Amino acid sequence: MSFDATYQNKSFNSVGTRPLRPDGVDKVTGRARYGADFNMPGQLVARVLRSPHAHARIKNIDTSRAEAVKGVKAIVTAADLPDLTDGDAGLFAILDNCMAREKAMYDGHAVAAVAAIDQKAAKAALNLIDVDYEVLPHVVDVDAATLPDAPVLNEKIFTQGVEPTPTMPSNVANRAEFGHGDVDAGFEQADLIVERSYKTEQTHQGYIEPHACVANCNPDGTAELWVCTQGHFVYRQNCADLLGLEASKLRVTSSEIGGGFGGKTHVWAEPVALALSRKANRPVKLVMSREEVFRASGPTSATSIDVKIGAKKDGTITAAEATLRYTSGPYAGMWAELGAMTSFACYDLESVKTVGLEVVVNRPKVAAYRAPSAPMAAFAVESAIDELAHKIGMDAVDFRIKNAASEGTKSSYGPVYGPIGIGPTLEAAKTHPHMSAPLGENQGRGMACGFWFNFGGQTCTDLNISADGTVTIAVGTVDVGGSRASLSLIAAEELGISYDDIKAVIADTSTLGYNDMTDGSRGTFSTSMATISAARNAIEVMRQRAALMWDIPLEDVYWEEGHAHAAGTKHGNRAPLSVKDIAAEAGNTGGPIAGHSELVADGAGVSFATHICDIEVDPETGSSRVVRYTVIQDAGKAVHPSYVEGQYQGGAAQGIGWALNEEYIYGEDGRLQNPGFLDYRIPVCSDLPMIDTQILEIPNPNHPYGVRGVGETSIVPPLAAIANAVSNAVGVRMAHIPLSPPRILAALNEANG
Amino acid sequence: MMVDVTLWAGLRPLADNQKVVRVEARTIRELLRELEDRYPGLAEPIKGQVAVAVNGVIYRNDWSQELPEDAEVLLMRRLAGG
Repeated sequence: MSFDATYQNKSFNSVGTRPLRPDGVDKVTGRARYGADFNMPGQLVARVLRSPHAHARIKNIDTSRAEAVKGVKAIVTAADLPDLTDGDAGLFAILDNCMAREKAMYDGHAVAAVAAIDQKAAKAALNLIDVDYEVLPHVVDVDAATLPDAPVLNEKIFTQGVEPTPTMPSNVANRAEFGHGDVDAGFEQADLIVERSYKTEQTHQGYIEPHACVANCNPDGTAELWVCTQGHFVYRQNCADLLGLEASKLRVTSSEIGGGFGGKTHVWAEPVALALSRKANRPVKLVMSREEVFRASGPTSATSIDVKIGAKKDGTITAAEATLRYTSGPYAGMWAELGAMTSFACYDLESVKTVGLEVVVNRPKVAAYRAPSAPMAAFAVESAIDELAHKIGMDAVDFRIKNAASEGTKSSYGPVYGPIGIGPTLEAAKTHPHMSAPLGENQGRGMACGFWFNFGGQTCTDLNISADGTVTIAVGTVDVGGSRASLSLIAAEELGISYDDIKAVIADTSTLGYNDMTDGSRGTFSTSMATISAARNAIEVMRQRAALMWDIPLEDVYWEEGHAHAAGTKHGNRAPLSVKDIAAEAGNTGGPIAGHSELVADGAGVSFATHICDIEVDPETGSSRVVRYTVIQDAGKAVHPSYVEGQYQGGAAQGIGWALNEEYIYGEDGRLQNPGFLDYRIPVCSDLPMIDTQILEIPNPNHPYGVRGVGETSIVPPLAAIANAVSNAVGVRMAHIPLSPPRILAALNEANG
Repeated sequence: MMVDVTLWAGLRPLADNQKVVRVEARTIRELLRELEDRYPGLAEPIKGQVAVAVNGVIYRNDWSQELPEDAEVLLMRRLAGG
């Protein structure tokens, strides 16, 4: 990589300010175009037939009666999506999940789809598709699925990561182990040990906008897809692979996005819409209902986690161990592995061992959700850390500070840390006014820490300077959390012009090189590097143009504060040339002025946060209410602090919902009982206090401005912070998330005999 | 330059059950190529499933990254994010 990403300590003019968000007016006035807002002339409406069974063999599908319905133009089943995955297990799982092949693996699994001239015809046709199922035994619970008598979902799954490879298939797809030192010896040295098992229930990202797309396949092999996604280039590749299209002939345009949080990193229905369009030779619009989003798009894992931590009386942790079982839906995933990697990442441990077990169950295919897998691991570990601090008689913050990781610590997942923010966030929590504020009756305070890796990736950006000196940035990472604003600030910083003179847009897949999707908190981290690089390339062009305009050698032109300057005194007292001056002459100095950048942004800085929560519990009903909440997190550098604070608050809000109310509830029949926002309760404004934030800035040494990702870490501590607060409020250790009123009441009743 | 590369547990069965493999490499690309040559079974995971941690910094794509003297190098699973 030719771009030098090394951190340079400098002062800023634009970065760190809080201009108005560029997409704000459109969003609040309803002008913003989301996935379902796109339409094409002659488009058909698609509906998907879904399995009512948690586990069933598909013996036959007869579509003849449905095809006869007036207005029906195409019906597809798995037969219309042949297996082109060439042994790629991950891609095959995506294909099978989009349209069940031999078996329906969960309630809601797609088995057929219809494209018709309107909703009425499409729905009528769905009712006339005859599917002959052989219902099979199912299992949805994470622990039940690991028992010897559990129904085996896939006879081809033999647990990987154990030696020797098992001879019998099971629902444990993989075992992954991390750690260092000797935990047995470490526990021998401990004066006190806490050992407990924890469970968390499955949740959904709960994005407000359902999945939506319009697909249009042309007879010449070209195709277009307008879609709500976190990564249109990745969707293009997945869809091209699954349909046998050439990637360059499939043009994917991303819409404005009404939330994704990881759930829109994965194709669910888009290949089906393309298959319908190909068969019908018409554009096809497919919008999932809320019920379909819950039943058939990726939720989190449900988990079962055992934790054991030992410490000396002085508060030094001597050993830590965890076994983490995560559901991945019906296909193998790496969710437990991520939990095993992140679980003890906040601490400097001499002996640590974590084991992650991936468990397949008859639930929807798990997708990433904001720092995927880390919140559940943090819930278990931070609960045990809190319990151990209480047992030792140490303050919960002091205990964590004593054991916190720092620069040079060997992390529990392997690498040695560079400069990191866990210690500073804990020190900030210790002195934060929230920590010493008095508590009311039936109130408890909890705190917890969290970690997320962050990552970068492939990025391509164009920066074009118009004749009037204003600037357009075309980026290929979807703006999920405000990157258009942050990138405009960064371009303004580099070029030395006003934020208001810059417009950032998301380019489609045919107008820009490949970009990884917006995940791993990489949006601003990666694309800011490409924007800095593109801006510097444009400045180089402007230096050349200034040299031509002045008719002086290039080496005598330098760039400073948005202007080309003639160096020294030999060129007379020339007035500096602004971007506008140079742009106005572009047509006569060589044509359009642009800067391009293609790079790999690597070296993302790991991220840590500490949260503090006060909660009030009604001992009669078990109902609880968060009364105060504080987020302290290291941003590296907050490019647009208001957006950073918004990310902190959003993650905390989602974590609060996860901790207190949200859960997938399955009946005995394996069917989801609550696929809607009335029965699956996410927090609304009136449920939440103002969430206070404190931004720390410990620069990432691998970014010119010190930027780390900020989008995900904020959802990691809330489960634990809230569980610790509730446990402190009621005097009972709460070990099963969500802490819904019935669960709190049951714990209280049990404690009171 | 000789580098000790630590493999994550899932890779070890593909590399004669070695936890640490010593290879001669100046860059991540050379390191991965050497591992593939020595253990052909590693070629498949290296194609799209690995990230490489060099002195604590995780690289997912930048295989041109030079390896400093005495670098701590780990092969990790490529991470998913939200």
